[in-house]
Amino acid sequence: MSSKKIVLNFPKEKIDKPIVYKLIKDFNLTFNILRANITPDQEGHMVLELVGENSEIEHGIKYLKEEGISTQPLSKDIKVNWDKCIQCGACVAICPTDALYIKDRKTMEVAFDSDKCIACELCIRPCPPRAIAVTF
Amino acid sequence: MVKTIAEINEKIKKGVAVVVNAEEIIDLVEQKGVEKVAREVDVVTTATFGPMCSSGAYFNFGHAKPKIKAGGGQANLNRVPAYAGWAAVDLYIGATALPADDPRNQIHPGEFAYGGGHVIEDLVAGRDVRLQVEAYGTDCYPRKHLDSWINIRDLNEAVLFNTRNAYQNYNVAVNLSHKTIYTYLGVLKPNLSNANYCSAGQLSPLLNDPFYKTIGIGTRIWLGGGIGYVVWQGTQHNPYAPRLENGVPKRPAGTLAIIGDLKQMNPRWIKGVSFVGYGTTLNVGIGVPIPLLNEEICKYAAVRDRDIYAAVVDYSEVYPQGKTEVLGEVNYAQLKSGEIEVNGKKVETAGISSYKSALTIANDLKEKIKKGEFLLTEKVADLPVGDTAPKFGPLKERPVKEDK
Repeated sequence: MSSKKIVLNFPKEKIDKPIVYKLIKDFNLTFNILRANITPDQEGHMVLELVGENSEIEHGIKYLKEEGISTQPLSKDIKVNWDKCIQCGACVAICPTDALYIKDRKTMEVAFDSDKCIACELCIRPCPPRAIAVTF
Repeated sequence: MVKTIAEINEKIKKGVAVVVNAEEIIDLVEQKGVEKVAREVDVVTTATFGPMCSSGAYFNFGHAKPKIKAGGGQANLNRVPAYAGWAAVDLYIGATALPADDPRNQIHPGEFAYGGGHVIEDLVAGRDVRLQVEAYGTDCYPRKHLDSWINIRDLNEAVLFNTRNAYQNYNVAVNLSHKTIYTYLGVLKPNLSNANYCSAGQLSPLLNDPFYKTIGIGTRIWLGGGIGYVVWQGTQHNPYAPRLENGVPKRPAGTLAIIGDLKQMNPRWIKGVSFVGYGTTLNVGIGVPIPLLNEEICKYAAVRDRDIYAAVVDYSEVYPQGKTEVLGEVNYAQLKSGEIEVNGKKVETAGISSYKSALTIANDLKEKIKKGEFLLTEKVADLPVGDTAPKFGPLKERPVKEDK
């Protein structure tokens, strides 16, 4: 089993189609919706984490392309500059997925788990030393 | 068992003083009891590292040729205004000062990317800082403009002088309103969704010496990685705050005014920070040694997170409107667990003061004392405590009526 984070771009004529459902049914994939933004009559964007066998993930992405859904790997990366980090907890309270978290409740060390990060960028401005940046 | 600071200093000089941090003393007292630990341990090191807005630095930049008098004129450091209402070439820069053209909260919440706290950090880090002075010119100080790079190494004196630091306890901030608010205690999500606190709890200096038995005017401290001193009680010092049976205040109480040589400091511990929607400030690292002169002082220094309570305060309405209601009291063990209960709801917590950094400072001070590099001082005067302490209160506002 492996997992892959991808961005799906839905043209407006595909928004009302049960496309993601097919990924489960026909390709045996499980998924997490990390972000979704659909504007009626315009277009939709969704960040998905697909979990399944490598070959099935590939087939799933091929199917999406055939349906007119363009995809790209989630290329935005949140990076913490640990030299700038002051080890407060301002980001921890804001992070919606616990990617920024307290690793050790005795020392109160702040840590970052990039696998859990959905690049929502909510942490960037609340960080007092501005130690968090988004890279493309 | 009674010891003196002079005796402890003799042991420090010989390299035989027993020094532990304010976390280690807790286990020791639990295992051995106060009497034995007060005899065996000489010094407990406490520390804190958090945003402290009433911080700033003054310096003397040296006379230019021809001479200029900044006093009565205007001065900027990296475009951040400094206070110039002194003699010719002395300036004071405060942590919350902002460039004149910073958009502030015009588009709310503002970024506050750079301010006085960052200027102080840049100076400490040895980076060049742009000094601009506009003066009116006199016979003895004819020059009217100055625009020059300066560097801390060339300043005659550079002194951190903070009028209120190391608050003895602080509020736990929550937001009862229906929109996100942006405070000096961080971003508070709507509908009571997170709670931010700001104290090192069991490591915090004044929580380990609740009645200021050893910490007073003249106490030598670890400041920003260098040496500093307590010079006075801090502004808003309020020893009247309600206390638990163990003497520990349940509300913001005592504070310290402190001073130290900026040239000795380290930018890791004197750090400009930005609170979105609020402004800039300075994170200050402070370590304070507590000499275990007797069992009472030892007992206070062994205070644990679970015995220190703070008030949960709504920052959407109660705090800004100067009201006093609290939503409850929680202890620092609960706060550090990551979740507290407020109004029957489980609320995620986060610290704004860094416990991990405070621990690093407490350990650094411990090592310096053990190596004989840091001697203790006798306080020369007490911080106000008891019935004679000055009262702390809100503004008695008397609105001015303009003549018609």
